[in-house]
Amino acid sequence: MPITYTSGEQVEVYRFSLPVTIGVPLVALIVQAYVPKYFPSFAVYVDLPLLVTIFFAMARRNPVAGLFTGSIIGLVQDMLGSREIGIYGIAKTVVGYGASSLGVKLDVENAGARFLVTLGFYLVHSAVYITVARGLVNSTQHWSFWHGILAPGLVNAFLGVILYFLLDRFKQRT
Amino acid sequence: MESFLGRYRNLIILMGVLFLQVLGLAVQVKTGANEDKDTRLIRIWALGAITPFERALVWVQTSTGNVWHNYFYLRGVRAENRQLKEQIEQMHLEQVRLSEDAAQAHRLQTLLAFKEQFISKTVAAQVIGTSGSDLSRIVTIDKGENAGIGRDMAVITADGIVGKVLFVSPNLAQVLLISDQSSGVGAILDKSRLQGVLRGTANGEVMLERVMSDEQVQPGETVLTSGGDQIFPKGLPVGIVTKVGNGKDLFLNIKIKPAANLSKLEEVLVLTEKQERQSVADDHVRVRAADILAQRLPSVPDKPATAATPPAVAEGASPGAAGANTTPKPAGTTGNASSVLKGASGNTPSKSATVPVQPVKTPAQTSAPPKPKPVNKSSTEPKPEGEQAQSPTQPSIVEQKPAPVVAQPDTPPPAQDNSPQ
Repeated sequence: MPITYTSGEQVEVYRFSLPVTIGVPLVALIVQAYVPKYFPSFAVYVDLPLLVTIFFAMARRNPVAGLFTGSIIGLVQDMLGSREIGIYGIAKTVVGYGASSLGVKLDVENAGARFLVTLGFYLVHSAVYITVARGLVNSTQHWSFWHGILAPGLVNAFLGVILYFLLDRFKQRT
Repeated sequence: MESFLGRYRNLIILMGVLFLQVLGLAVQVKTGANEDKDTRLIRIWALGAITPFERALVWVQTSTGNVWHNYFYLRGVRAENRQLKEQIEQMHLEQVRLSEDAAQAHRLQTLLAFKEQFISKTVAAQVIGTSGSDLSRIVTIDKGENAGIGRDMAVITADGIVGKVLFVSPNLAQVLLISDQSSGVGAILDKSRLQGVLRGTANGEVMLERVMSDEQVQPGETVLTSGGDQIFPKGLPVGIVTKVGNGKDLFLNIKIKPAANLSKLEEVLVLTEKQERQSVADDHVRVRAADILAQRLPSVPDKPATAATPPAVAEGASPGAAGANTTPKPAGTTGNASSVLKGASGNTPSKSATVPVQPVKTPAQTSAPPKPKPVNKSSTEPKPEGEQAQSPTQPSIVEQKPAPVVAQPDTPPPAQDNSPQ
């Protein structure tokens, strides 16, 4: 069964060691900044910090922890760019909160479920980002739904399934 | 109340965090944080946390690549070496020709009192990272304030311009690429001399804006920097026009392919110092192509002996002396055109030499300016001076009143012809 509806008590809550908590997002940010130097399309189609945010939020199943994880990762991502600081921060805060809230309700361990959840949160992330960029920062950026949002969403969802299975090794039961 | 807070605790925290970030964004938008230093420190912290790892990755990659290419993969090196030597020979000849052209351009600029910017100091830096987002096209380089790099300095490669320095920390700097939406570079089309503004688009393309739609722009035309942005010196290669279409508001939509490969930058040069100075042609080290060929080709007959020339006059004929420092001589002292025409090589008149000299003024000229004679800017075939003087074409340089002198090694013109009367 891809998605199991459980009560809060039935869902397993995981925690992570401090090196993993700091190291995995850091590696994601480094790879995100380094790889486009050789493969520019990587920056267009892959958002590793978002995948890490979703993974930690869903595994911890704690909305407060999830929103802070997303907020910090997003803000650091903003700092590495040239735009105003806070656009990625807001988008990933919402995703972190949403993913952890979903994790409380649903036990998402199956590959298909993870694919759908990641795709859904990528769309949410894009929607929040575009709203903030246009509404608050007055960005004139043009987004193409198919090539700029849906295609990267599918790529991220596929990559997320693989990445989550790798990161599952770092999970520690509480 | 307590139960309300407990029940909606998560939601309240979410709203609080979002509110703080929105507030921060509003402050940045209001104060224009991208333009000032409000967010500089926080960006430096983030870069300081990320870039050491990127430096390490670059070092490992470079070291591995060097070991492989320098010690193992040497296939075809001899053939490549032979090709490169041949290429050097060809480039040497090309350099001679180009230096001659450049010297001539300097002479003409001097006459027109052009001011130009010279790149006097650059710092080489290695690209170690990017922003990681296609919405913000910037790269991080491994040199910063300690290397003399400052904000708004131009960044180039051997192929063309790359961007400008956006943020600087002691050991790092972020470069805003010309393909970013927020960048703007003054540019000029090489052939048509139309000026415009180079801007990036959302999908990373580079467009030339502000060119009127009634102008003719052809794909394939080269685009150079215009120097109008006060960041890039004039004349640096920008790219090539790939597509021209009608845009909005009576402007053309000109797509540019950047000369530098912005998607795969390895090393860049930061222009840390540039000088704006009056163009003064330096003639001391210049060698004429004709002289080099004469030395290399034994079949070329010796040049005819010319009349003895006072050194001061010969200097006056040089481009450097054509500038403001040249002291006008009385008409009688500059009468011998062949002596004035001693070329850049010092003592041999050249067939192709057409050297503008400082106008010679007599008291009579002060009250009634003489009719300026035309300057033959790029003549390769010497003509009798009388023909030159009667030429109907009047280049704009004539407004500076230079007296034209044409090299004629075989038939030196009469001395009286050169002095404007």
